[in-house]
Amino acid sequence: MNWQSVRAIYRKEMMRFFRTLTQSIASPVISTTLYFVVFGAALGNRIQSVEGIDYGAFIVPGLMMLTVLQQSVANASFGIYFPKFSGTIYELLVAPTGWAEVVLGFVGAAATKAIFVALLILGTSFFFVDIHVVHPVWMMAFLVLSAIGFSLLGFIIGLWAKNFEQLQIIPMMVITPLVFLGGAFYSASMLPPFWEGVAKLNPVLYLISGFRWAFFGLADVPVGVSLVAVAIMIGLCMALIRWIFYTGWRLRE
Amino acid sequence: MGAIIEVDHLSKQYASGTKALDDVSLTIEEGEILALLGPNGAGKTTLISIICGLVVPTGGTVRVGGHDIRTDWRAARELIGLVPQEISLDLFETVENSVKFSRGLYGKPADPAYVEQVLRSLTLWDKRKAQVRELSGGMKRRVLIAKALAHKPRVLFLDEPTAGVDVTLRREMWQVVRQLRADGVTIILTTHYLEEAEEMADRIGVIDKGQLQLVRPKAELMGEFGCKTLTIELDQPLTALPETLQGRNLTLSEDRQSISYDYESRAGRSGIGRLLADLSAAGVSVRDVSTRQSSLEDVFLNLLEDKA
Repeated sequence: MNWQSVRAIYRKEMMRFFRTLTQSIASPVISTTLYFVVFGAALGNRIQSVEGIDYGAFIVPGLMMLTVLQQSVANASFGIYFPKFSGTIYELLVAPTGWAEVVLGFVGAAATKAIFVALLILGTSFFFVDIHVVHPVWMMAFLVLSAIGFSLLGFIIGLWAKNFEQLQIIPMMVITPLVFLGGAFYSASMLPPFWEGVAKLNPVLYLISGFRWAFFGLADVPVGVSLVAVAIMIGLCMALIRWIFYTGWRLRE
Repeated sequence: MGAIIEVDHLSKQYASGTKALDDVSLTIEEGEILALLGPNGAGKTTLISIICGLVVPTGGTVRVGGHDIRTDWRAARELIGLVPQEISLDLFETVENSVKFSRGLYGKPADPAYVEQVLRSLTLWDKRKAQVRELSGGMKRRVLIAKALAHKPRVLFLDEPTAGVDVTLRREMWQVVRQLRADGVTIILTTHYLEEAEEMADRIGVIDKGQLQLVRPKAELMGEFGCKTLTIELDQPLTALPETLQGRNLTLSEDRQSISYDYESRAGRSGIGRLLADLSAAGVSVRDVSTRQSSLEDVFLNLLEDKA
């Protein structure tokens, strides 16, 4: 394992993040504030509580997960796509750096940024709602695993994409809808039985459910199932990335 | 010195069916400068790309410093630096960070003194804090070289290093390359500028249609395929060549003020003495004579024409 190269890639990616720090911080804080205004203040008057939890507090895990998934995918996909676009990817490919080092560097940085922004949202939420995390260690575990899983997915999107349109299409057309339909702002148990069954086909539901359990001790699906879902996702993504590097698909063509 | 790169029966066929390389074998000695010449699409960049790990070959093997590029790729790649044809740089990064990043990718710990040495040798030290986008085209090319040298490679590949740069900068680059060779770095360059190969290379390889047509020491190639031209300036213009001089590979210029004579530079007898004597006997008065060695460009074109 070439740890110096992992450090070099990670540092470079984080420097890119810090170059646009104001934008990186301001954007999620403003978005979160707007979500609290729209969902918390407006809808909160009609939905007083969900399963005994104040609606404003109930949506915090969903908001954090929404941000983590969007940020993870966006950062990781752009992180690896941009060198492909600009041609600088040659450096990664000619260096004695294997797929594991490249993934650790890019995915590690993307996940770090996403976790940072998610924690920023949690901090912002303290200004709007009274919230208490029941299982803080599990909360961090779900946060980190979800960030890694979706950063890996973003990395694959970045490797696959041949242009900026392709880079945007999966996050816009697949990931965001899955998060909204995955119970970010409601509990699956609030749905009619048929739609609750359909919702359980959505993998993001398991992440949000597990994450919400870490906050409130309540979940739509068993926590163990949520953990297995994240582990399967990470495993599948790693296997696919390894295959891409091994065959050189869209990299060494 | 021994071989640093051994290419054995290397082939590459792209998914489209294009055969970019066809059974290429080549040995590159440590410390030499090898220039790879060939028309566009001949396979030069594909060959370099395979050795550096950018393209997967469909057949054959490559060893760098004794390490197979497929099975022992980490050790092989540690020895190689690549300066690509395109200026591919992160424009928002500073020059210094860009070079440090390259060093890190090769698993080397930070070495500010060495990075400073590289930047100074390429006259980039004063620009170390500048973002790459602020640099001129020539400086960006030098940044690419600095990045390729960041991990002290034993072999440096330069893919069209002076494409599109002005004459002054081209000569500066040649100076850099000569210094690298003096430092013991093996250099493989592809170029369209035959003058560049003629100026710098120890050996020249010619690739055409994916096949290595030949690899020869430059001097040997020039001698074998090159010819010289003797130009004889006349005191008085001639209406036609005298009959006694017909059939001798002579050409009378359009202004009829000079005669040119082509001869093999390696031929045992050039025939110049006999020609001058015959001119004198024919009453042709000579004002001046000069000779010109054919350039590598002429050699290259002759070679490709012969193979066609």
